[in-house]
Amino acid sequence: MLEIKNLHASVDGKDILKGINLTVKPGEVHAIMGPNGAGKSTLSNVLAGRDGYEITQGSVTFQDEDLLALEAEERARRGVFLAFQYPVEIPGVSNIYLLKAALNAVRTHQGLEELDAMDFLTLVREKLKLVKMDEDFMYRGVNEGFSGGEKKRNEILQMALLEPTLAILDETDSGLDIDALKTVSEGVNALRSADRSIVMITHYQRLLDYIVPDFVHVLSDGQIVKSGDKELAKELESKGYSWVHAEGPAA
Amino acid sequence: MAEQKQQIEEFVPSEYSAGFVTEIESDSLPPGLSEETVREISRIKGEPEFLLEWRLEAYRHWLTLETPEWAHVNYPEIDYQAISYYSAPKDKKDGPKSLDEVDPELLRTYEKLGVPLEERARLAGVAVDAVFDSVSVANTFQDKLAEEGILFMPFSKAVKQHPELLKKYLGSVVSYRDNYYAALNSAVFSDGSFVYIPKGVRCPMELSTYFRINAANTGQFERTLIIADDDSHVSYLEGCTAPMRDENQLHAAVVELVAMDRAEIKYSTVQNWYPGDENGKGGIYNFVTKRAACRGESSKVSWTQVETGSAITWKYPSVILQGDNSTGEFYSVAVTNNMQQADTGTKMIHLGKNTTSTIISKGISAGRSSNAYRGLVRIGPNAENARNYTECDSLLMGDTCAAHTFPYIEVKNPTAQVEHEASTSKISEDQLFYCKQRGMDLEDAVSMIVNGFCKEVIHQLPMEFAVEAQNLLGLSLEGSVG
Repeated sequence: MLEIKNLHASVDGKDILKGINLTVKPGEVHAIMGPNGAGKSTLSNVLAGRDGYEITQGSVTFQDEDLLALEAEERARRGVFLAFQYPVEIPGVSNIYLLKAALNAVRTHQGLEELDAMDFLTLVREKLKLVKMDEDFMYRGVNEGFSGGEKKRNEILQMALLEPTLAILDETDSGLDIDALKTVSEGVNALRSADRSIVMITHYQRLLDYIVPDFVHVLSDGQIVKSGDKELAKELESKGYSWVHAEGPAA
Repeated sequence: MAEQKQQIEEFVPSEYSAGFVTEIESDSLPPGLSEETVREISRIKGEPEFLLEWRLEAYRHWLTLETPEWAHVNYPEIDYQAISYYSAPKDKKDGPKSLDEVDPELLRTYEKLGVPLEERARLAGVAVDAVFDSVSVANTFQDKLAEEGILFMPFSKAVKQHPELLKKYLGSVVSYRDNYYAALNSAVFSDGSFVYIPKGVRCPMELSTYFRINAANTGQFERTLIIADDDSHVSYLEGCTAPMRDENQLHAAVVELVAMDRAEIKYSTVQNWYPGDENGKGGIYNFVTKRAACRGESSKVSWTQVETGSAITWKYPSVILQGDNSTGEFYSVAVTNNMQQADTGTKMIHLGKNTTSTIISKGISAGRSSNAYRGLVRIGPNAENARNYTECDSLLMGDTCAAHTFPYIEVKNPTAQVEHEASTSKISEDQLFYCKQRGMDLEDAVSMIVNGFCKEVIHQLPMEFAVEAQNLLGLSLEGSVG
C-alpha cells in the first residue's frame, strides 16, 4: 500500500527528514512517535503533498504509483487523507459546503456520480453520529469558532465521509481533554478496516491506549530509530525519548 | 510557494467573455465637446427647451471645474476632445419599438450576454431596458407594467411623455454642481432608464437595465432616475459590459433615487466593464455618481454592488437620510486584479431622527491592483438617535496588491451611535492546502474562499444575479493566487 524508501526532505535548505524507511500494508495501524523537532509533521506534510518541502532523495510509492509526482489534490482523490494538527478556519464557507465539494471531488475521480443535496445530507447525518456532532455544525463556517475538540472531531467526520485508503492523523490527540479524546478515538476505531491503513503521528503514548496500533516507530532527528509493537510505546513513556537517543539509530 | 506559483501561472488568463464587438452600423457624433455638441445631442433627442437649458448650464459649470484628484487612483489625463459623445445603432433614434423591429444583430448581442430580451424566456420575471452605447434599444414588459401604473422606460422617452416628473426630480438628488463627472454627465447624457412606481404599488417583477458600450472611442453617459412614491416597493438591477479594446473608454453615469414615505428601493449592480488586460492596457474608466434620497419617513434604500470590472472605478453610492426613521444600506464587493484600481465606498448622511445605516464593504485585491474603501458617515445636528454600523473587510491575494481604507466619521449629535469595524486578511497557504488536501482544485478552492468572504453581500442580491455574481468572482480572480 505505502512504501517509503530512504526519504530525505528539506525546508529552506535545512535537512529535516534524513532517510525514512517505512512500509505500511492494508489494514495496518502504525504509530509514529517522537520528540518535538524530530520531523513528524514534516513527514505528514510531505506525504500529503504540501508545497515548500524539497525532496532531495528517496521515493514514496502508494498503491504502485509514485506519490511524490502527484499534486496534493490528486493524492487526496486517490485516497490519501490528512487529519490536520491545526485545522484552518475558512470564514463564511459553511462546513457542509466544503464537505460536499470534497466528497464530490473524490467521487468524480472514482468515476461515480456526484451526490445530490438530499443523498448527501442523509450520508452526513449518519456520519455525524459517529463523532457525536450536532447537525448545527454543518451550517457554521469551516472550523470557525470551533473549540479544539470540535475541530478534531470535524477532521474525523471528514475522514468518515471520504473513506480514505490511507489516513494520516497528525497529532490528532493534541489539545483534547479526556472526553474528546475518547470520542475521537472511538470514531477512528470505527473506521479501522482491512483495506484502510492508518498512520498516527503523536507525541504522547496516551492516544495509543485508545487507538491500539499494530506497529510503533520512533522518529528522531529525521530517521526512524526504533520500531516495535505497542509495548515500545509504553517503554518510551517510562524511559523518555532520551532513551532512544542513547541507543542510536536502528540498524 | 514557488511550486504553487508556477502551477498558478499555468492557468489560462481569465477570459473576459463579454469582450466581443457587435458589427453594426452606427450614427456617431464626431469626437469633441463644445456647446454645439450639447445642443446637437439635445436636438437629436428632440428635447424640450428646459432640458437643453439645463444641459447648457451644466456644461458651462463643468468648464469651471477641475478634475478631482483626491481619489486613490492614477491615470493619464483624459482628452475630452478625443471622445465621441453620442453613438447609436442606425435607425434606432426613435428608441425601442417592439422586439420584432429590433435589429437581429443586437438581439444576438444580448443573447450572447445572457440578457433576457425575449419576454417568454426562462428569466421572464425580469423586465429589461437594454442600453446600447448612447441609446435604449429594447424595453420589455411595458404593457404588463403599465397595468400597475408603473413607468419603466428609456430616459429619452420619459423626457417626451412625462416632462413634468423630470422637471421635478432631475438633478434633485445629484445636482450638476455636485462634482466634475456629474456636471459632465448632466451636459451630455444620452439615455438611461426612468422608473416611477405609483403610491402603494409593489412592483411585481425585477426591473433591470443592461448597459453595453460597443462603439470605439465613445463615452457612455447615462442617467437613471427612479422615483418610488409613498408605500411603494421596487427592486432594480443593473448590469454592464463592454468589448475588449486597447484604448480606455469613459463611462460617467449619474443615478438618482428618490424614496417617499415608507417606500423601499433596492438597487443592485453587477458591474463587469472590461477591466483592461493583465498589463493594464485598455479598460473602462468608471466614474459614477450614485445617490439616493430617503425623502419620506420610514423610507428605505439599499445599494448592493458587485464590482469586478473597469480599469478604474470611482464610485460612492450614497444615501441621504432625510425622512425620520429612514434606513440606508450599502453592501459592496469590489474585486481588483492585474492593474485595476478601485476607489469605492459610500456616504450615509443622517439628517432625520432615528435614521439607521448599515455599510458592509468587502474589498478583494489581487495581482498588482489597488483597492480602496472610502466612506463617510455624517450625523447632522438634528438626527436624534441616529445609528450606523460599518464593517470593512479586505482580502489580499498575493503580495503585490494593495488595500486601503479611508473612513470619515462626522458626528454633530451626541445621541448618535456609530460603530466601525475593519479587518484585513490574506488567503493563506494553509487554507488552500486544506482544501486541496480534501481533493479540491486550486481554482475551486480560491473561488470558494472568496465567495465565503463575500457571503453577506452576495446574499443581498436577487437570485438571478447572485449566481452570476458568484461565477464572476471566480472568473475575475482566476490565476491570481500565488
